Amino acid sequence: MNDWIVTNAPILIIATPLFAAFLTPLVDRVSKRGRDAMVFVATLITLVIAFILAKNVFDNGLVVYTLGGKSVGLTLPSGYHVPVRIILEVDGMSVFMAMISTLTSFVGLLYSFSYIKGEGSGKYYTLFLMMLVGMLGMEMTGDLFNLFVFLEILSVSSAALIAFYARKGKPLEASIKYIIISSLAALFVLFAIGLLYGEYNLLNMGALAGEISSEATFTFTTQIAFILLFASFVLKAGAAPMHMWLPDAYGEAPGAISMVLVAATQASLYALLRVCFTVYSMAIDASTIGIILISLGLVSIFIGATMALIQINMKRLIGYAAVAEIGYILLAIGVGFFELAKVGGGGVISEYGLKALQGGVFHIFNDVLDIGLLFLVAGAVIYVTKESNLNKLGGLAHSMKYSSIFFIIGMAAVSGLPPLNGFASKILIYESVYKVSPITSIIAILASIFMLAIFVKIFHSVFMGPKLSEFATCKEAPKLMLGSMAVIAVIMIFFGLFPDFVVNNIVNPAVNALMNQAGYIGSVLGGV
Amino acid sequence: MKSEGLSPIVQTIAGILFPMILIFSFYVIMHGHLTPGGGFQGGAIGASAVVMLIVAFGAKNIEKKIREEKLSAFESIGGVVFIAVALLGLVMASTFMSNFLVGDIIFGKIPPFGSNLGILNSGGILPILNLAVGMKVIGGLSAVVLVMALASKEEKNDI
Amino acid sequence: MIYNVPFLAVVVLIAIGAYALLFKRNLIKIAIGLTILESGVNLFLITLGYREGDVAPIYTNLPSGRGMVLPVPQALTLTSIVIGVAVLALILSLIIRIYRKYGTLDSHEMRRLKE
Repeated sequence: MNDWIVTNAPILIIATPLFAAFLTPLVDRVSKRGRDAMVFVATLITLVIAFILAKNVFDNGLVVYTLGGKSVGLTLPSGYHVPVRIILEVDGMSVFMAMISTLTSFVGLLYSFSYIKGEGSGKYYTLFLMMLVGMLGMEMTGDLFNLFVFLEILSVSSAALIAFYARKGKPLEASIKYIIISSLAALFVLFAIGLLYGEYNLLNMGALAGEISSEATFTFTTQIAFILLFASFVLKAGAAPMHMWLPDAYGEAPGAISMVLVAATQASLYALLRVCFTVYSMAIDASTIGIILISLGLVSIFIGATMALIQINMKRLIGYAAVAEIGYILLAIGVGFFELAKVGGGGVISEYGLKALQGGVFHIFNDVLDIGLLFLVAGAVIYVTKESNLNKLGGLAHSMKYSSIFFIIGMAAVSGLPPLNGFASKILIYESVYKVSPITSIIAILASIFMLAIFVKIFHSVFMGPKLSEFATCKEAPKLMLGSMAVIAVIMIFFGLFPDFVVNNIVNPAVNALMNQAGYIGSVLGGV
Repeated sequence: MKSEGLSPIVQTIAGILFPMILIFSFYVIMHGHLTPGGGFQGGAIGASAVVMLIVAFGAKNIEKKIREEKLSAFESIGGVVFIAVALLGLVMASTFMSNFLVGDIIFGKIPPFGSNLGILNSGGILPILNLAVGMKVIGGLSAVVLVMALASKEEKNDI
Repeated sequence: MIYNVPFLAVVVLIAIGAYALLFKRNLIKIAIGLTILESGVNLFLITLGYREGDVAPIYTNLPSGRGMVLPVPQALTLTSIVIGVAVLALILSLIIRIYRKYGTLDSHEMRRLKE
């Protein structure tokens, strides 16, 4: 039984929330408590399977799972092995992102049990599980068209969830902006997939990588496909100058959906890394792409930090801080890609290039945790006071003691103060980016200090000060919300106190998997 | 029934045509592994039959007969059957969605090689998956059009 | 030259769809522009599979000398059409709610989320 779960884990991790999502409307008609219990059990099982799969991949290396048959492809009579089946290819980076997605969905679900009440909540849980399916599908798949389908599943369910409280007008506007922009990006991804299929007659990512990396078959059409894929995934990941949907969508989403949306944008960032590092690797001019990534990161940091200064809506401000954090990740990944280009993709990368990649990948996890905790606290404040305007809030620390402590932890982690996890990843980014160009590192440090100033401003205006009369009857947030915030805070403190453990055991396999394009191709083309 | 919907001529013809369109959509769904067609195409034809009824009789009258929760439950049953058959392939045979019915009695024959019309009794789990997708599409698209027709007529409360 | 006409049609459809999506203010026209853009991309996918003079891929085998068009782009296009229907249903539902809330379909007048 145990063996069966380990072998089939890549597909069980996608099939379990999908089955639960289809069952939820049926169970919802019978009883509401049963529906809550079923959704909780399904998400818990997904979390456990994610950790089992992670342990398997850390011990045994890459796992390839074929859907619907035994071997990856068919062998023609001439002896040529055509990879035709849809596969799930799970390596270190995939399980890293899967751990992030399942953890944030579990915590968001606990938070939602006390936030979402009343009718329509059955549809909320169905869409929530479909978001989890979309994220996990994008992270596990080894097939390019499968990536597109799960990308669209994720976009449609998150757009429907952003507009959940449709009685106010602003979530509707945020949701329609999100779905139109996201649909445009997905159509261009489909166009690029069509170009690649017409050129190489392959949809499998490993086989495509093998074909693209040989000099004879790399044409201008393939470069156009790369540009379309790159631009669309950068738009979905929320980097400036294509960030205009991000503060609207994060700012108007209910409660825990903002946190799960952060994990969803990281899934699009994972798709960008997969296209850059594995499918194309050194076939394109990698040093130019690295410099483009570094400049996108710098522009995101600058725009995120400065636009956050003038906001008066609490969740929208945290949304702009999230844009700045994506900038840090792109900055570090750009430096890593630039260094990888210097050694031609096959040799040993330089010391600070490896540190940059480790810092960037570690910062993906820390970004979701930190910004997620801030969104959870903001959601608790809105739930208790029904107000999200910073000018009208004040003096809440008297009644919401625990929420203010969690806000201080989140604020310190986003600004990169020790001993929290933000410091651990940001010091790796600062050290490695400094070797490439000192100016960028100085801008990054200054932006961090700027963000600390902005969040101190929020803390002072929301929590400090005398108790206001209109919030006299407000109590502390419900216990389930505090519990979910505590889970995130404990993980953040653990990552901050033992960064070596995390970097060696969780981040290093992900970074090695990103740089190891030959292993990815070999497990699809070489074996069965 | 003059308050909503169209004239009695249209209502009578719609009532006569509705079962014929449903039979045609069932034919397109079940022959998905032989002719062009399949789950989504047949389901869209079936949903257009329900939409024809909504246009002819008015959304409020159809809402009294076919409620939106029942369409939602019909759709969910289709989805559950799809995933259940795929997981059954995982449990009984090798991998997820593997074709474990080839060679058995239900849908199991192997059609003769060459350019012929094919037999209905072939295809493995494909006709069952087509049927599940067809149920899901009929339920889903009809529910969407019904709710939109109701929502664009209401004046006061939000749905 | 005659076999390049579908690709030219793809370019024209994508241009019309992008123009309507970017430059029109009415929300319904933006939704129509998105649909035209999606039709263009679907046409591109189907045209990729065409082989001159061949038949539909519904047989198990044909005698040698005749061929079948590629079936994989047809599966990709079908999936894309289904996704397009779902996205269009969502956009139209949101437009109905926006119209009932704000009373206007002009995208410049219904903006409340500035900066």
